[in-house]
This record gives sequence, structure tokens and C-alpha cells, in this order.
Amino acid sequence: MTGYYRWRKIKNGIMFSLCLLSVLAALVPLFIILFYTISQGISSINWDFFTKMPKPAGEAGGGMANALVGSAILLGLGSVVGLPVGILSGIYLSENKKSLFAGSVRFLAEVLNGIPSIVVGVFAYIVIVIPMHRFSALAGGFALGILMMPVVTRTTEEMMNLVPNSYREAALGLGISRWKTTLFIILPTALKGIITGVLLSIARAAGETAPLLFTALGNRFWSTQLDQPIASLTVFIYDYSKSPFDDWIRQAWAAALVLILIILFINVTFRLVTRKR
Amino acid sequence: MEEILDTSKKKDHKHGSGSKIEVDSLNAFFGKTKALQNLSMKIQENKITSIIGPSGCGKSTLLRCFNRMHEEVGGTIEGKILLDGENIFNHDPVWLRKKIGMVFQKPNSFPTMSVSENVTIGLRLNGRRNKKELTEIVERSLKQAFLWDEVKDNLKAPGTSLSGGQQQRLCIARTLAVNPEIILLDEPTSALDPISTAKIEEMLVGLKTNYTIIIVTHNMQQAARISDYTSLMYLGELVEYDKTTKIFTAPAKKQTEDYVTGRFG
Repeated sequence: MTGYYRWRKIKNGIMFSLCLLSVLAALVPLFIILFYTISQGISSINWDFFTKMPKPAGEAGGGMANALVGSAILLGLGSVVGLPVGILSGIYLSENKKSLFAGSVRFLAEVLNGIPSIVVGVFAYIVIVIPMHRFSALAGGFALGILMMPVVTRTTEEMMNLVPNSYREAALGLGISRWKTTLFIILPTALKGIITGVLLSIARAAGETAPLLFTALGNRFWSTQLDQPIASLTVFIYDYSKSPFDDWIRQAWAAALVLILIILFINVTFRLVTRKR
Repeated sequence: MEEILDTSKKKDHKHGSGSKIEVDSLNAFFGKTKALQNLSMKIQENKITSIIGPSGCGKSTLLRCFNRMHEEVGGTIEGKILLDGENIFNHDPVWLRKKIGMVFQKPNSFPTMSVSENVTIGLRLNGRRNKKELTEIVERSLKQAFLWDEVKDNLKAPGTSLSGGQQQRLCIARTLAVNPEIILLDEPTSALDPISTAKIEEMLVGLKTNYTIIIVTHNMQQAARISDYTSLMYLGELVEYDKTTKIFTAPAKKQTEDYVTGRFG
């Protein structure tokens, strides 16, 4: 018997070590990226970096205030386009699980989720940039919105499905109509998970560069007009990292670090806010 | 015996109070599977009627026919159920469920709401906003459910912070707040400890002066303790339905006697 138990303990130890190794394999690259970005970017981060405009090539200093504001505007526009459609489709899918139409929508959402973001950029270019005859924040926001849609749809549906059916029956049993049950009982119960999905989609959109190259283009000057090209952090990183100037490359690292920190900040804040419920 | 099994109207008033619900040759299905078989019975007003029987015999399905919850999960129904003489299948389920409340096996207070919000949700979502009125209803319903003294200082606490037994009484209070005429209970105490169970039983006996109560239970002692009428079901059919004392002391059928004495089921 003791031999059997020893063998069982050994097996347990082996499996535990394998699990631990997998965790390390997943975490190590993350931390390497994080530390490398910090070590390269931290030196260029100062107050000017957040408040000043980009300086002409060759002049040291300057900042990326326009890109910071531009990214916020683009994400705002993307949310306006993507979140309502995504959340409402998710609710629709969870309410009509078995219909053929819902099945097709679910499948298409998955396909859309797998489409390379640059293709979405080309799509936005064709339907908005070409008819408007210019690159614009609107086109960029539209492209980001389309990228956010399937993520939000899927997580909303999954989170709504996770709410135990007993709550739905309890609400219906009280003489509450179906749509009110969905909107005021099921949706609030699933809200925490849905917000996580929304964050995930915003984080994804915030890191996108390719669809913005065709749509928002980028802008070295201050602009908040929606029908004009607009700067963004990711395009800023893209442009500056390709440049031959050391100062610009340092600034690109700094912008990358800022982008990571912003996404981290959004995540942590929302988690803290939604923890209570 | 006959006055409650027979659905013809002339015998309605033999018990002093009339029958609240009449089930007339009811068949219920899940897809092609028949869950209830040609079932007829009369439920008496302001009495507690218990439904007993082995697992899978159709007790819960019958209960869920009364408030049309059976159709909500894709089931189908043939036959008639009359509430005060009117066929419930001619009415909107939402309207019906305001008259026929339901309490489920597991406590299911809404997790996003406080104790008082849980009680008033059925009213608030149907347009009742008067704060003073709602506060009164919270107190009245919680008192009726024997929960007021335990939660009166914590009405703003989340409903899910209460114990299982308290949550089940909260669910009953929530149902009472809508002011139904009939309360359906689907094994309401099977997940609870004996003390919580005793509290709920005592409460139900008190409630029957104002409400008609139908309770599905696995616990035969419970049926014997609290109900005025008892029905035994087996394989989707009604085996016997009579006064509780009769069912437990002198049942008409051998099958009933075997079941209540624990020889089968």
C-alpha cells in the first residue's frame, strides 16, 4: 500500500510541476514585454509628453497630446458604434437560442471576430473614406466599432446565458413580462461579465493600428474634428518607430508604455468599481 | 371524495367554500413525452392542497401548468384549467401570474437587489412607484412571511446575504407583495433545515385564511401536518385525491396506502 501512495504522490508532483511550468510559460513573455517597454520608454515620459504637441523632426522634446486625445475620440466613436449593436445582439442571441436566424448571427459574429483587422480597415475605407473623399476620425471610429462588435456580442450572450434560469422563472412567476425580466432582472445580474467583455473589446480596439492607417490616417497637428484625419497612439507608435531619429524612437517606446498603462488602468478601475455587486 | 374529483359544477359548494381551480381532463407534454395523463381535480379555496408522489410523477409539471410556466419551457398542454370558472388558457400569462404566485425549490432571491428591493420588484416593474406605499408593502409582506423581525434593521443588505431559510421566506414575501390569490410552492423546504422548514409550515397554515395554497412536497409528514387536501400522483396520473386525514388514515386505494406507509415510491 505505501508504494501505491508514494507513486500517487509522485504523479501529483509531476502534474503540479507541469501546471506551474505552463503558468510560467504564459507569464514570462508578458513580463519581459512589460519590463522591456518600461526600461526603454520610462526615460521619455515627462509632463511635456502628455501636454505638448509633436516637435518637427530634428528638434528634441515635444509630446503626443494630440495622439492621446485622438485615441480617446476614436475609442469613444468606436464604442458608440460597437457597444449598442454588440450588447443588443448578445441579448437577442441569448433570448432566441435555438432559432435559425440566431444561429446564423452567432456564426457570422464568430467569422467577423476572425477577420484580420486590416480587412476591416479596408472595408471602412471603401464605405466611408471614399464617399467622403478624405480620411477622418469617423471612419476610424467606425472601423474600431466593427472590431468591437463581435467580442461584445459573444461575451454578452455568454454572460446572459450564465444567469441561472431560476431567476428568469422567479421573475416571470411574479407577473413580470418577458422583456422586463430580460432587461431589469437578467441583464443587471449579467452586467459585471458584460462590462468585462466591453473592456476586453475596448482594450482590443485601443491596440489596433492597421485599420486606422486606412481610415483615421494620423495627424501631426491638433484636431478634434470628426470629419478630419486624427492622431492616435498606435499610429504615433507606428510612425515614430520607423523613423531614423533616436529621439522619436524613444518617444515611440514611451507611447507604447503609456498605451499599456492606460489599458491596465481602465481594467483595474472597472474591476474595482464592479467588485461590490 | 366525489365532490373534488368530479368537475361538474353542481357540487361546487359542498365544502362551504367553492373550488378555486378546476382541472378538467388535463394532458401535458414535453415534446412527445406525456407528463400528465387525463387529470381532473378541484382545488378548494382558502385551503392547503398538497401534491405528493415519487420523483418524476408529474407533480411539478402539474403545478407549473397552473401558472402557465410549463409552456414557458416549451411544454404543451391539452384540456382546461378553470380559475374562478374561467379558462386560464384564454388569458395572458403575465396577467395570470399576478393572480397565481409561485415559490420554487431553491431560494432564488435576485442577487443584484437588496432585501426590500427583492420584495417590491414585482410591483415596481409593473408601475407602482409610490414610496410610502412600497415601504408599507415591504413591512407587511415580510411580516406575513415571518421574516420581518430578522431583517428589519438590514433592509438595504443584499438579499443573497441572508441564510437559505431566510432567503426562501424572502421569496415568499416577494410573492405575497404582488398580492396573488393563489400561491404555488414547489418543494419549498426541501433545501432547508428543520427549523426553517417549521417556520415556513407555520406561516403557510397562517396564510391560508387569505390565500389558496398548493404545495408540492416529497415530505409526507409535511403534507400530513399542514394540508387540508392531499393528492397522490404516479406516472402522470392522479391516483387518489381526498381530505388529508382520509388519505393518511383510510385511503381508498391500495397504491395510496402502500405509498404513504413507505412500501413503494
